[in-house]
Amino acid sequence: MAPQLAITLVFFYWPAGQALYQSMLRQDPFGLKSRFVWFANFRKVLADPAYLNSIKVTVVFSLATAIVAMVVALLLAVMAEKAVRGKGLYRTLLIWPYAVAPAIAGMLWLFLFNPSIGSLAYLLRSLGIAWDPLLNGTHAMVLLVSAAAWKQISYNFLFFVAGLQAVPKTLIEAAAMDGAGETKRFWTIVFPLLAPTTFFLLVVNTVYALFDTFGIVHAVTGGGPGKTTETLVYKVYNDGFVNLILGDSAAQSVILMAIVIALTAIQFRYVERKVHYG
Amino acid sequence: MIGQSPLRTVIAHAVLILGILIVVFPIYYTFVASTHTLQTILRPPLPLLPGDQLWNNYSEALFGGIGRIGGISVGRLLLNTTIMALGVAVGKIFISILSAYAIVFFRFPLRMTFFWLIFITLMLPVEVRILPTYKVMVDLGMIDTYAGLIIPLIASATATLLFRQFFMTIPGELVEAARVDGAGPWRFFFDILVPLSRTNIAALFVILFIYGWTQYLWPLLVTNSNDMNTIVIALRKMVSFADADTQWHLVMVTAMLAIVPPILVVVLMQRWFVRGLVESEK
Repeated sequence: MAPQLAITLVFFYWPAGQALYQSMLRQDPFGLKSRFVWFANFRKVLADPAYLNSIKVTVVFSLATAIVAMVVALLLAVMAEKAVRGKGLYRTLLIWPYAVAPAIAGMLWLFLFNPSIGSLAYLLRSLGIAWDPLLNGTHAMVLLVSAAAWKQISYNFLFFVAGLQAVPKTLIEAAAMDGAGETKRFWTIVFPLLAPTTFFLLVVNTVYALFDTFGIVHAVTGGGPGKTTETLVYKVYNDGFVNLILGDSAAQSVILMAIVIALTAIQFRYVERKVHYG
Repeated sequence: MIGQSPLRTVIAHAVLILGILIVVFPIYYTFVASTHTLQTILRPPLPLLPGDQLWNNYSEALFGGIGRIGGISVGRLLLNTTIMALGVAVGKIFISILSAYAIVFFRFPLRMTFFWLIFITLMLPVEVRILPTYKVMVDLGMIDTYAGLIIPLIASATATLLFRQFFMTIPGELVEAARVDGAGPWRFFFDILVPLSRTNIAALFVILFIYGWTQYLWPLLVTNSNDMNTIVIALRKMVSFADADTQWHLVMVTAMLAIVPPILVVVLMQRWFVRGLVESEK
């Protein structure tokens, strides 16, 4: 007990407290003097168009990533349930991306779609698409979402497979006897029964897209072009470590913590309902 | 079981194969690129089959090539990353199993307060508290140390929660029986709890190893000197898409070296990994 408590206190509560404190300070960049300004930093951050833009970017990015990753994974999981033979082999191959670091995933995708040497970019251009993720914000976003979603497919796939296996076969057989076709069976029985898994994955994927994708953003676009792909976490890093606006960065950290705590609370309510202790 | 038309089975396999092509392609292509000369890579499109430079590129990268670009040898990078991944995995399992043990089997004052103190940290990743945690690291003089890389990542509740859930399923009779037979708290812990949790430990180990290996933001901040870089960070530093003299063939070899170990861990320990992932999140 004691070791974890000590580590938690030193590396969690101490920094969290400092973040709170610092978020109410205004400091000059050399750290010479600082003064207590209560909530001025929060007001400043929330009124900052760059921050609002970054919220918008983050929402678009997270939702797109979560939806793409989940739709693809669900499709593959349903197909894997049908394909009786070779299921193990398929699964073995599909879990690879889980082991790839987000930053590396980003770099691999950028390597493929890089305008000067990427082979797939070459393919796109020969199809007549003026593809340039380094200059075009929309293209950069598409690239980021693909890389982030690609990495998350394995995770979602495993959960959907587990969820599908939990659907009672008797229900499906009964529906089949009543004459429901395969498509109908999926949408009226399997899909509603998967709802808890889907909801859980939605939360997890959103959290993933919010935080774990810093590496992808940093390695692929660096928030650019312009500020079209600057997510919230990237902005915290950029303001704090690159631009050295400490008060703003701390205020942003505190806002992020609030978001995570809210998401965790939502998830935990749901988790508690499902867990049974023996 | 409901019969299924052969056509649908064929479609299912086709979709799966397509999915696998998408999923595996970027990794396969990296491998292909790592076996071609720099000149071939710079002139897209790259052939779909591996070239004949496999031996040359890998030996160049392993014996000095990467050192010339990044300033440190690839062996050192892999060593750093391995130490970090193992440290995070072992350290987190160690402290979590101890605290879960304390929370579930002992009654002491403020027990639930402690539990909630730990529990609140659940899912609050390092990313949201980077600046203040960094400051703490500077104050404690832990920049550019392995401890600095590892310990802050250990402060999270996910593993503790998992062990707590598992311990709560252990029947009280077992605890009673152990006590009647004269086993003290440590004996009970090592002879009964740890063997019972073996599967859980293996599963967590895989997940945490991957977690440690793929960290990006934290090593980026905590390591200033090149000697302490992890391979992911070093790779990022080697790549410059605007710059014409990125040594792509060597970059691709490094990328393969950064990707292959965790993939091997996941694939070889697949059974525990899948179980651990799905069970731990339920």
